[in-house]
Amino acid sequence: MGEGPPSLWEWIGRNWDTGRAGSIKDLLLDHLTMSLVPILLALVVALPLGLACVRWRWLYQPASGLMNVVYALPSLPVFMLLISVTGLTQTTVIIPLAFYGVAVLLPAVVGGLDSVPDHVRQSAVAMGFTPRRRLLAVELPIAVPVVLAGLRVVAVSSISLVSVGALIGQGGLGGLFTRAYQNPFMPPVIVGIVLIVLLALIADGLLVLAQRLLTPWVRARKGATS
Amino acid sequence: MNWLISFFAWMGEFFGNGENWSGPGGIPMRLLEHLEFSALALLLAVLVAVPLGLVIGHTGRGEVLVVISANLARALPTLGLLVMFVLLLGTASIWPVIIPLVLLSVPPILVNTFEGIKGVDPDLRDAAYGMGLRGGQVLGRVLVPVALPLILLGCRLSAIQVVATTTVAAYTGLGGLGRYVIDGFATKDYAGVVGGSVLIVLFALVVQLLFTLAQRVTVSPGVSRRVNVR
Amino acid sequence: MITFDAVTKRFPDGTVAVDDLTLEAPTGEITVLVGPSGCGKTTSLRMINRMIDASEGKILLDGVPVQSIAPPTLRRGIGYVIQQAGLFPHRKIVDNIATVPYLLGWDRKRARGRAMELLERVGLDAALAGRYPFQLSGGQQQRVGVARALAADPPVLLMDEPFSAVDPVVRTTLQEELLRLQSELNKTIVFVTHDIDEAIKLGDKVAVLRVGGRLAQLAAPKTLLSEPSDDFVREFLGHDRGIRRLQFVSTEGLRLRTDLTVRQGGEGGSSEEPWLLVVDEQGGPVGWIAGARPGELEPFGTFLYGRDSMRSALDAALLSPSGCSVAVDDEGKVVGVATREALDEALAEAADG
Repeated sequence: MGEGPPSLWEWIGRNWDTGRAGSIKDLLLDHLTMSLVPILLALVVALPLGLACVRWRWLYQPASGLMNVVYALPSLPVFMLLISVTGLTQTTVIIPLAFYGVAVLLPAVVGGLDSVPDHVRQSAVAMGFTPRRRLLAVELPIAVPVVLAGLRVVAVSSISLVSVGALIGQGGLGGLFTRAYQNPFMPPVIVGIVLIVLLALIADGLLVLAQRLLTPWVRARKGATS
Repeated sequence: MNWLISFFAWMGEFFGNGENWSGPGGIPMRLLEHLEFSALALLLAVLVAVPLGLVIGHTGRGEVLVVISANLARALPTLGLLVMFVLLLGTASIWPVIIPLVLLSVPPILVNTFEGIKGVDPDLRDAAYGMGLRGGQVLGRVLVPVALPLILLGCRLSAIQVVATTTVAAYTGLGGLGRYVIDGFATKDYAGVVGGSVLIVLFALVVQLLFTLAQRVTVSPGVSRRVNVR
Repeated sequence: MITFDAVTKRFPDGTVAVDDLTLEAPTGEITVLVGPSGCGKTTSLRMINRMIDASEGKILLDGVPVQSIAPPTLRRGIGYVIQQAGLFPHRKIVDNIATVPYLLGWDRKRARGRAMELLERVGLDAALAGRYPFQLSGGQQQRVGVARALAADPPVLLMDEPFSAVDPVVRTTLQEELLRLQSELNKTIVFVTHDIDEAIKLGDKVAVLRVGGRLAQLAAPKTLLSEPSDDFVREFLGHDRGIRRLQFVSTEGLRLRTDLTVRQGGEGGSSEEPWLLVVDEQGGPVGWIAGARPGELEPFGTFLYGRDSMRSALDAALLSPSGCSVAVDDEGKVVGVATREALDEALAEAADG
């Protein structure tokens, strides 16, 4: 080439969609898969687990203790240890991220259900709601804001944590960081950081939107008091 | 169950190898390095974040700073930040790596210190001023002891984060236990990868345990409500 | 004495919380500030210990303007009790009470000794000293709050709705305890409440404030009930103003008849009377019987002669089909009977002035 390093925009244009593996577009899609799947898995596991912890109180202490320990495990060594079980695949990144997600969501689900005022629960019982309908129609909707707050944390941290997977060759946009380090060159780092932060912001924004749609009364109440 | 057999084989290979227990690349040295880098970064983060959180929580000025830093710290990819700093500042010293470590561990402490101070019952603050405590005394004698569980939670979360990030930082040339994992992966020395990983996990758990114990010792039983009924 | 001299408090957003307030809280008396929410009563109280600074006018503490004293110094000399007690959760009860003595540099032993003394004084068991606030009931916490305010023996006590967060039964007890304490200590107390009954029960003087922070009336409770200055005060005092005023009218001098009693199982009295009071061996009341046709014992009501108010005497009369109330002494012995006629006369006198 011999014409000096390309500028940031040139580099993006040249690498956006090369048709080969490792193009920015490819990495972006991988990144989305590896971050969204754990978020969904975490939700699917944490909701029933949280409900169980509320129903059977003795379960919460050991469950949250265990999740505290899980949360303290650094991601890289966990990925490494999982390689011998699940190989150099996306699964190796997805499983630990899902666990971290459960660790954050479990207290949120339990806290959310605990935030249902006792008088609301009592009056639902008095009006003849069956336990299942009470859960679906009364308790879960009231718990939504707290659960969604937890989900926002999970979404943003999952999206940024995926990039560590690059150290085992499965990091989505994190791949841009390892590439930039091996062949010292700044543009991929910038692109990687910006795209990951953007993804995180979009996910966060969507969840805020979801909360507004799911719990219109929260906003109405704020408007009324201000 | 093949993987379980190879796991123990690698463990035996790693921990049974006498060479791994001495010299600059030996386990004691790496452990010490890991401790040193983590402690240094955490200490600097505490020195920055705790006073800042106390002041913002006490005066109510600068709340936006807390919110932004909290969200940004969660969204910023650690590996990307590490690579960026190393590319910008070189690898002549450990600082290009320590700086991002500190940056990433400030927000959890800042947010929790701030929330802890801000969340103290306004009546308590009112009573303290009403009895003639000065601003600094209210902060030091009332607000901090009451907010201590949250301040320590912030420090614990930061410590967890620092231990993990120090591991990742081995990729950009930092010493510590991460070296076994990164080098082992590069050279297909799986004994090193597995052994190193187990060491890091144990290290993280010990750190978590120490913080939990510190919390039990320093938080007043009147606040934690952990008290023997007489 | 605490003097408000043309005090106004205007907040930065323009709202006027207190408007040209002038009043005196005499030394050794309880002055109650009462009024609906938004009347500036708490703001007025908090201006005394400079939790809030007045915009205009002066507040004097025994002639010294509070604005001339640095707030921490000022506050250490003024006891302060608030609604939720505001006890420090991380300190044991004894150390909570000793807060101000510690601040004043007392040594630990003396401060704790003083705290133990106060714990007893407010009617709490010494065993509570080593507990933490969360281990105490709301009423107990409030007592500790009072003890803490008294710790350095300040001449002035500010109380901001101290009893409004506890249940009515406990509140009544705390009110009585406060009156008992005050009879021993003679502090200059400024007490804020929104409850007019509490104001009338506790106040030597009651200042009624209206929304916007203007003084509507400052008077002794009895005067307030009999001569409200305007419709606002009249409405704020609420129903039964006349009946409630009777609690300030003494039963001393109430005309009693002593010829309406009969010994249990014995003869006596005149059977021309419609009702006769049966008393036991010790002279205590047993019940009323109809004079003409003695039969079932009917219920009776009593009041402490000379000590209870006319309100109690009237109340006692209404409890019995006889329409008479029974005057008793400290030992519960019947002193005499106040008939409808006697009560009537006393009521007429009370209504006159």
